[in-house]
Amino acid sequence: MLENYLPILLFLIVGFGLGIVLFVLGYFIGPNRPNPIKGSPYECGFEAFEDARMKFDVRYYLVAILFILFDLEIAFLFPWAVALDGIGLAGFWAMMFFLAVLVAGFIYEWRKGALDWE
Amino acid sequence: MFEFIRQQLWTPLINFMVPEAYQGYALLTLDALTKVIVVLVCVLTAFAYTTYAERRIIGLIQLRLGPNRVGFFGFHTFGLAQPLADGVKAIFKEIIIPTGANKTLFIIAPVLSLGPALAAWAVIPFSEGMVLADINAGLLYVIALTSLAVYGIIIAGWASNSKYAFLGAMRSAAQIVAYEIAMGFALVGVLVASGSLNLGDIVRAQSGSVLNWFWLPLLPLFLVYYISGVAETNRAPFDVVEGETEIVAGYQVEYSGMHFAIFFMAEYANMILVSTLTAIMFWGGWLSPFQGVPVLGEPHILWLLAKAAFFLYLFLWIRATFPRYRYDQIMRLGWKVFIPITIVWIVVVAGLVVSHIPPWFN
Repeated sequence: MLENYLPILLFLIVGFGLGIVLFVLGYFIGPNRPNPIKGSPYECGFEAFEDARMKFDVRYYLVAILFILFDLEIAFLFPWAVALDGIGLAGFWAMMFFLAVLVAGFIYEWRKGALDWE
Repeated sequence: MFEFIRQQLWTPLINFMVPEAYQGYALLTLDALTKVIVVLVCVLTAFAYTTYAERRIIGLIQLRLGPNRVGFFGFHTFGLAQPLADGVKAIFKEIIIPTGANKTLFIIAPVLSLGPALAAWAVIPFSEGMVLADINAGLLYVIALTSLAVYGIIIAGWASNSKYAFLGAMRSAAQIVAYEIAMGFALVGVLVASGSLNLGDIVRAQSGSVLNWFWLPLLPLFLVYYISGVAETNRAPFDVVEGETEIVAGYQVEYSGMHFAIFFMAEYANMILVSTLTAIMFWGGWLSPFQGVPVLGEPHILWLLAKAAFFLYLFLWIRATFPRYRYDQIMRLGWKVFIPITIVWIVVVAGLVVSHIPPWFN
């Protein structure tokens, strides 16, 4: 069973390895002539007048939190979906109850405006 | 071919280099390595010619010719050598590392997005029995690896220390995360219908005529999955992440030369992956649409390739047709349209499966 995972390990090594090899090739074959202007961040020709690590909108943070909730939900749904044939109606209704709780939370978020981007 | 490589190359090498006790393991590993490299070369060739196809097809849609000049040593080939020329050009360009950047993170970010995009191909079944790693957790592995793609982008945006890159990374993270939920729910529907996480078993569960393929019973999930796939790969019309008219190239703005080309490869490898997965999960993979007809009705890898090529073409067609969405429209589509649709349809499909409703789930 475990040897089925061997190609995956190899593919991960080869995949990441290819990226590293390409970078190294580009780094050594291409020219390397740095100067202060070239090394400055691109801002349409202006001098950068502020740090780039600025404050950002809290909504991005909110989206990330909501994502964690729903992604966990999907993690619960996966084994249920695979086993559905074996657990029958009882399993079906158990998950429906769980989904109903989730949907209630989803409606609350929606009504509160957490999903609005304006 | 694999047999030939094993006998002519690996066996003598192993006999020469490896102690007697470990020769079995070494042969197993090198055999797998041969196959990995074959798949990798195919994916990279597909990547190269997708970039060419994209420029030609979008050119033709816009009544231009697109690149049609580059040939091999004076032979006219309709520009077929263009990807080769692009690759050579990229490798001879300077890789610029901005002075304000976090150097290590800046360098590894493209590698972090290329590695998973390629490694996900390990579990894709190309035809009956033609799969590198026939594991029971195939779909879970694909989801895990495609979720890793966001790290490359975020790290690139942060490490660049540039405002455009930072904004692009924030947008990209929120967008990918939002559509990943819809995508995950759509996949749960596929799992309910097929009862297995193994991608080969998912194809086998669809055997029968075209009407047995999952696109029909899971029609809303199929549409949600494909559109989410377009959004996940940051392609037009969801390309606010790199919208050239507002934040120039988003998280890629400080990257140059081969370093930039690695990001480019990751994006196209992901596109091809999404197309292939759509063909496997909703359009019967290697199964033939002409069930029962001699020769044409046989399942074959060419059917999978044809279906994947069609969905890849759809990516380009969509890009040439639709204007870019606004960011609030993108978020509304992901959260307020796709998630409710998928939840409702999961309940419907689960109900059909539990009560064994024919013709699909008897």
